Amino acid sequence: MPPLDLTAAAVMLAALVGYAVLGGADFGAGVWDLLARGPRAARQREVIEQAIAPIWEANHVWLILVVVVLFTAFPPAFGAIMTALHIPVTIMLVGIVLRGASFVFRAYDSREDHVQQRWGRVFAISSTITPIMLGTIIAGISSGDIELEDGYVMSGWFNSWLGVFPLAVGGFTLVLFAYVAAIFLTVETFDEPDLQEDFRRRGLLAAIALGAFALLVALLAGDHAPQIREELFRSWWSWPLQIATGVAAIGALAGLYLRHFFLARTLAVAQVALILVGWGASMSPYLVVDDVRYDDAAAPDITLKLMLGALAVGSLILFPSLYYLYRIFKGRQAFALIDLPGIDDAGPGGADEPPTRT
Amino acid sequence: MSDLLAARLQMAMSLGFHIIFASVGIAMPLLMVISEGLWLRTGDETYLKLARRWAKGTAILFAVGAVSGTVLSFELGLLWPRFMGWAGGLIGMPFSLEGFAFFTEAIFLGVYLYGWDRVGRIAHWVAGWLVAISGTLSGIFVVMANAWMNQPAGFDLVDGQPENIDPMAAMFNDAAFHQTLHMTIAAFLATSFAVAAIHTALLRRHPGSAFHRKAIGIALTVGVITAVIQPISGDISARFVAENQPAKLAALEAHWETAEGAALTIGGIPDADSRTTRFGIQIPRALSLLAHHDPNAEVTGLDQIPEGEWPPVAIVHIAFQIMVGIGFLLMGVGIWGALLYWRRRAVPEHPWFQWALMLCGPLGFVAVEAGWTVTEVGRQPWIIFQVMRTEEALTQVPNLIVPLISFTVLYILLSIATAWLLYRQVVIEPREEETGGEFLPRRRHATA
Ligand code: HDD
Ligand code: HEM
Ligand code: HEM
Repeated sequence: MPPLDLTAAAVMLAALVGYAVLGGADFGAGVWDLLARGPRAARQREVIEQAIAPIWEANHVWLILVVVVLFTAFPPAFGAIMTALHIPVTIMLVGIVLRGASFVFRAYDSREDHVQQRWGRVFAISSTITPIMLGTIIAGISSGDIELEDGYVMSGWFNSWLGVFPLAVGGFTLVLFAYVAAIFLTVETFDEPDLQEDFRRRGLLAAIALGAFALLVALLAGDHAPQIREELFRSWWSWPLQIATGVAAIGALAGLYLRHFFLARTLAVAQVALILVGWGASMSPYLVVDDVRYDDAAAPDITLKLMLGALAVGSLILFPSLYYLYRIFKGRQAFALIDLPGIDDAGPGGADEPPTRT
Repeated sequence: MSDLLAARLQMAMSLGFHIIFASVGIAMPLLMVISEGLWLRTGDETYLKLARRWAKGTAILFAVGAVSGTVLSFELGLLWPRFMGWAGGLIGMPFSLEGFAFFTEAIFLGVYLYGWDRVGRIAHWVAGWLVAISGTLSGIFVVMANAWMNQPAGFDLVDGQPENIDPMAAMFNDAAFHQTLHMTIAAFLATSFAVAAIHTALLRRHPGSAFHRKAIGIALTVGVITAVIQPISGDISARFVAENQPAKLAALEAHWETAEGAALTIGGIPDADSRTTRFGIQIPRALSLLAHHDPNAEVTGLDQIPEGEWPPVAIVHIAFQIMVGIGFLLMGVGIWGALLYWRRRAVPEHPWFQWALMLCGPLGFVAVEAGWTVTEVGRQPWIIFQVMRTEEALTQVPNLIVPLISFTVLYILLSIATAWLLYRQVVIEPREEETGGEFLPRRRHATA
């Protein structure tokens, strides 16, 4: 049995992976809404809307779970992070509010073009800002730039997140989400080859940008996030993990290029998960580098036990429910890991696809 | 403006905003599953249309509720990091459970709103029930956390720190029962009166509409039941507060001097400097009777409380008068409606009653806001009753006026947009025939 505090930290990381993969793809889809171009721009937006409408609220709860585990299991860390990073967290929240609200407002407001465009603009811009802020927050706690004394933040309100490195991580997060979203959308659009090609091309472009950002982040990390950099070079787990991440990344890209879209999706999910796991492992033992260790910040054992117990029981309800949700709205291909012949015969929902409203 | 005041206002504003959407999110699913259940049982399509139309409005309100709730989860740390650092491990339990309730709620809401054509009828109805149950549970969990702030439990205070903590005891603190009961009823009460009022207004525009009559029938049934029990539940709350939080009780009753057989002050404007209440109506012995169910009981007054620990008396007293006044008004209107129904066996359409109902539409929500003002402002100066003062919990981040203004502007804009969209859904485009409560953009082709 691993120590309770470590388990709680791992659960938090797992929830963050859930948010990055599922919630992240919803934000990434918003980026493609912003960048919708060409003869099929309107269709692209429609597909995006249809893809995320029934599931975004559920996907969003992963973030709540991260926060709740953080403040229950590591209360002082929550206080420190929310204090030192007050500004980017606030901007992220404004983004979350505007994204969610404008998304439903667009769906329920007049179908006239200018109205739709107005909400669409808000939706797309807030979908872009939020991941950047999430990235700067992650960079902020990783870099060691936050300094605490007796729980008081000594390092000011800006320099731990407003700098080249945090913004590079923000850009990386944004592009990563957009990349994953493009791949998800190729799967959503298999019955419309033109659209699928559109998203494939976007995914490939995003991959190039992602590579560039990854390089930039890696270069800057040496100076700006020494803890992460050192752990990544020193630890025994680091090389296998980095190789696995690289294989997943190349495989996803190859899958996308060769039109094995399901495989690409599986590998892209693995890629995101591995990146976050690598980051989380190299943060250890810190929650805020140099200042807050997870073992120091942990709540008493009884709290951790109860919380983990509740999470375990809760997952027995959660996972079947999530399965049901995706099965209903994404059809049989929701859980297909690789491209099998015949998998894309039926649309989302398979035979129960409702009649088209024309 | 001091940072403390800015933070308190931001918290109050965010909570006051969220609670409206949260109340709707708790109660609307129940109204929808009742209507859908009636459709399943009677086969009357009007009930199906009704459930679908309600689902449309709920989808909008629910999204705003979800995002504003997210803001709150972070705000606990953004504004009160020392409170959360101190108490997170103690009250994390209800919040963790709440997280799962949110998951279930959001998942089955997706199924409910967008799955009309994708799952079987019964499965769809069950999904609705799951939304209703998990919505109610999420409200209950978070109010349990709040009850702990009013009645802290489950720890020993050692050198200002919590030791020997027991999160289960914290969760099931003594205030949890009456607060969750009163709040849950309040959500159903406020929402069902608002729904009944809206459909009454629409019925007057479209006389004879079976659609609106059925809507009023369902909403009013829930409204009448909850309106009658809410004052009883309020009495349970008041007696608990009288026993355990004397400063709050004294403030909400504007009770300055400790006395046996204390008089009840209705209305009036309390003045803390002169320790008097102007223009109030006094009812002898009534306060002792209400607070302790004994006309001669002693009721602690503010004179027993050090002035430094007084909550703002005027705000709390006036808010309490508003809540109780509305409580009895809604109860009266509810009983009137029930009597009218009894006589005719039909949804009451007496014009006076209709006007009364329409005027009561927003009042349930006013009472919710007033009630929370009583609870929260009445707890001041404590953030954790008699353990931590609100100012000790405050973040060290300066210039809190900036986020206060930002969120205020944001929420005002959101309120306007939401109100406009609901108005549009209900009044401008009330195409009853063309239902489609689910909005899932179909795979239309660009030319469509
Ligand atoms: C529809 C809304 C509504 C209505 C009609 C009433 N209340 Fe209420 N009241 C609430 C909605 C509410 C609330 C917003 O839900 C509160 C805030 C915190 C809570 O648990 O419930 C509340 C709190 C609250 C408290 C403070 C509890 C505490 O701090 O622990 C008391 C003493 C009462 N109520 C008493 C009453 C009485 C005697 C009523 C008689 C008619 C009444 N309420 C009607
Ligand atoms: C500090 C106080 C509160 C916090 C931190 C909080 C947090 C949240 C969060 C994070 C959500 C979004 C869940 C999602 O994404 O689906 C939410 C929604 C919700 N909250 Fe709150 N909340 C608070 C107060 C309340 C209160 C007092 C109630 C009711 C009594 C309540 C009831 C609900 C309900 C029913 C929802 C579901 C969404 C909806 O119906 O609009 N919350 N809340
Ligand atoms: C949604 C319904 C609620 C409303 C309308 C509400 C209202 C308010 C108001 C008016 C204040 C400001 C009091 C003052 O400073 O004078 C406040 C403060 C606060 N409330 Fe609530 N409250 C609600 C529920 C909750 C819940 C469920 C929690 C926590 C679990 C909570 C936690 C707090 C905190 C931490 C503060 C700031 C500290 C303080 O002023 O004591 N509230 N709330």
